[in-house]
Amino acid sequence: MTRAWLLIAVLAVWAAPLQAQDGVPPAPYANVQLADPAQEAKAHALMLTLRCLKCQSQSIADSDAPMAGDMRSLVRERIAAGEDPEAIRAWLVERYGDYVSYAPRVTPLTWPLYVIPLVLLAAVGLVLRRRLRKGDSA
Amino acid sequence: MSEPHKPSRWTLWLPLMLFLGFAGLAMSGLFRPAEREVESAMIGKPMPQFTLRAAVPERPGLSTADLADGKPRLLNVFASWCLPCAVEAPQLAALEAEGIEIVGVAIRDRPEDVAAFLARHGNPFSRIGADDRSEVQLGIGSSGVPETFVIDGQGKIRYQHIGEIRPEHLALLRDKLKEAGS
Repeated sequence: MTRAWLLIAVLAVWAAPLQAQDGVPPAPYANVQLADPAQEAKAHALMLTLRCLKCQSQSIADSDAPMAGDMRSLVRERIAAGEDPEAIRAWLVERYGDYVSYAPRVTPLTWPLYVIPLVLLAAVGLVLRRRLRKGDSA
Repeated sequence: MSEPHKPSRWTLWLPLMLFLGFAGLAMSGLFRPAEREVESAMIGKPMPQFTLRAAVPERPGLSTADLADGKPRLLNVFASWCLPCAVEAPQLAALEAEGIEIVGVAIRDRPEDVAAFLARHGNPFSRIGADDRSEVQLGIGSSGVPETFVIDGQGKIRYQHIGEIRPEHLALLRDKLKEAGS
């Protein structure tokens, strides 16, 4: 019995800072969908491709971090105001860099990722063609 | 078919070398500590437009206009629920004692919690704005607490310090403030 109480006391000590972080009610659209289904679909699609900066392996759509809730609300409010999803992404990239976005972009740093497979495929095609031609003539 | 020519000796080793090179790259990626900090891309840019209510009754709130009065200052993003924010309290107190102005942005915090935090750890802030929805935090590219920004007299962001300020960071922050003041 005392052990159970001890456990509860320990958990309570840990829970205190967590509780404090939730002391402020979440932003209006952190956990509330937009009334217009088309707008909500747009917002959700964008939220799936934005990184939660607190828990960096999750999208803000997946994360329970309060900061992710604030980001969801920001996305929904801006979509509701008629802003284009890509403009919202650009606004965040302007502040956090490409890291905040899960949608890859072609940049001076990333273009080899797109070009190298094409070059390799072309090289393989050339080699195969030469081999097959030789095979035909033999 | 043409006679397949004999590969020279060093090309025999090429696949192994390639494999070892790749393995080395993978291992170095595994064992290097991961970069977890997200740097703000707002350095050199002006502070966004905002007006925050006062987080505690004894200090005024914070708005963009307060940051463009010609004096450089520190903007400290903190929260009462953040443990490292308590760790940096002595360093902030030291900076304030040197006459450096520090304004605070309290993230998702209730007035009574902020007041209790300041009563316990000291209050180095001239103004404290309550950022209940991470509006300013998202606006300046900050991704956690605590973070400290150097803001110049024109209200431009000049430097970002991520994490708590430890004693060894003080000299750098003073330098950055001096740079921002010139």
